[in-house]
Amino acid sequence: MEKIKVKICQGTTCFVMGGEVIKSIHDTLVEKYADKIEIVPVRCLEVCHDADSFSQAPYVYVNDEVVSAATVDKVISVIESKLKNE
Amino acid sequence: MNNTPELETRRLKREVLVRIIKAFMSDNYAENVRLIPYDMRPKGSEVPFRCCVYKERAVLRSRTIAGLGFAMEDDDERTLLSDFAQQALTRQVPEPEPLTVLQNACKGCPSAQVFVTELCQNCVAKPCMKACNFGAISNNGKRSIIDQDKCKKCGMCMNACPYHAIVKTIVPCEEACPVGAIAKGEDGLAHIDKDKCISCGKCVSACPFGAPHAKSQVIDVLSKIKQGKEVIAMFAPALVGHLPCTPEQFIDAFKKIGFSDVYEVAQGADTTIQVEAHDLQERLEQGAPFMTTSCCAAYNELVKKHIPEIKPYVSDAHTPLYYTAEIVKKEHPNAETVFISPCFAKRKEALDNPNVNNVLNFEELGAIFIAYGIEVDTCEEKEYAFKSSKEARDFPLSGGVARSVQAAWKGNPEDLKPTIINGLTKATVRDLKVYAKTGKCQLGNLIEVMCCEGGCIAGNAGLNTVKMALKKVTDYSSKSYSLKEDK
Ligand code: SF4
Ligand code: SF4
Ligand code: FES
Repeated sequence: MEKIKVKICQGTTCFVMGGEVIKSIHDTLVEKYADKIEIVPVRCLEVCHDADSFSQAPYVYVNDEVVSAATVDKVISVIESKLKNE
Repeated sequence: MNNTPELETRRLKREVLVRIIKAFMSDNYAENVRLIPYDMRPKGSEVPFRCCVYKERAVLRSRTIAGLGFAMEDDDERTLLSDFAQQALTRQVPEPEPLTVLQNACKGCPSAQVFVTELCQNCVAKPCMKACNFGAISNNGKRSIIDQDKCKKCGMCMNACPYHAIVKTIVPCEEACPVGAIAKGEDGLAHIDKDKCISCGKCVSACPFGAPHAKSQVIDVLSKIKQGKEVIAMFAPALVGHLPCTPEQFIDAFKKIGFSDVYEVAQGADTTIQVEAHDLQERLEQGAPFMTTSCCAAYNELVKKHIPEIKPYVSDAHTPLYYTAEIVKKEHPNAETVFISPCFAKRKEALDNPNVNNVLNFEELGAIFIAYGIEVDTCEEKEYAFKSSKEARDFPLSGGVARSVQAAWKGNPEDLKPTIINGLTKATVRDLKVYAKTGKCQLGNLIEVMCCEGGCIAGNAGLNTVKMALKKVTDYSSKSYSLKEDK
């Protein structure tokens, strides 16, 4: 089974809009899905650059699906649905 | 900052700030500011928080007014946001009080109450009635009831109930305030008494509705830069923990905004440390029982407004910001200085110091980076002209100031007994009053006082978690020389 790739944005916009949650998303995922996912810290994913899209930061990619205004719960539910569909 | 149940309200504040700055950068500043509430809640949009879209916009309008740097008391509710935007451009000095309460955002939370829930088992023993010293509890045959007129909210009944059936509700802002400065007025809404407020910002963090709000100086600072003035940033050492890049990248990042130079306030901390160590040694030799530190702006306000009797015990050392600003103004006599702050209280300190012209907090700085599209982690790394010590860079940590005095201590090491007050609360304020009144402190002779639990890295305008910020600050400081080796 291929690991799910979770890209957590470390860019400036995501950090300013939700630096407090980025860390807890990271920590929770490591604990919960250790062997099932691969977490990749990435630089600005450039989803934040269009007109108002900064307001929906922080962004996290789960494979190709983008999670906006990311929270621990939102990211988990996307991962869960991907795990189920495998 | 510390577990933020109110991340939603912080995001709203940050979004409004970014939009104000974007409007400022545009060709149509005033009109674009006027549109902020409509852009954020356009026709037919969802209503995420309040009763209707009109209320949402009204609150966003208030947030915009505060973001432009005005007090809600100045709002007659009919002035257009575009007019406020224009007025912000011509403001010469920042508003005297750092905080304002957005009246239309305040929920007017139910007053603090102790009451018996339906979990009451109507037990035979009725320990709650016995526990109450004020005869406030009676029983209606089905459960105990509290007479709110007699209740003193002491909580004795709560502790007595074996079922935990009695609860105490609180008003979050009132509960958080260490000095009783915020309270609900006749109108049922929260108001800050400026004669009592120490600008600690605890109410800002505590309110789940985001009603207490900082008055921002972003427009003041950005206007100065736009006018081509020489504007210099002096950043608090806590900033190292609150941006996703290295401190060496700050210089380039600030210059991209238009600042002409950047100073670490750790530079001034190195002076504070020496003065403070010397001050304490002198005092102890003259038989003083203890001395408190003097670097926390909220603590200094506390001393002024609530515990003047402790003033003789407060170190005469000036704050790191004070010394840094003095150096900057000497080296650049025509420059405008901006302090980059983790908290709101420093605005108050800046108002009393002609060498500090403006204050931006970390959230506001972050909003500028977003609006300007500056990716801090791609900025160039540059060296600071002045190398601060490890201890100076550790100043924003709880315990950091006490450790720095220890490192610089020239007397007998056994004579120095540091103790720390890690966070001002109603309880620690009481302790301080006792030390002042009795002239005694059993815990030590150097009392480090920091208003925020964890130190300045836990300031109310922080962007990162305290834990992560701590790591980044210590990683950075560990690369510096230590004052201990220096001796
Ligand atoms: S916590 Fe205080 S400021 Fe916030 S809504 Fe309640 S009463 Fe108003
Ligand atoms: S002292 Fe602190 S908590 Fe109390 S009103 Fe002032 S800023 Fe708010
Ligand atoms: S900073 Fe995260 S997408 Fe740009």
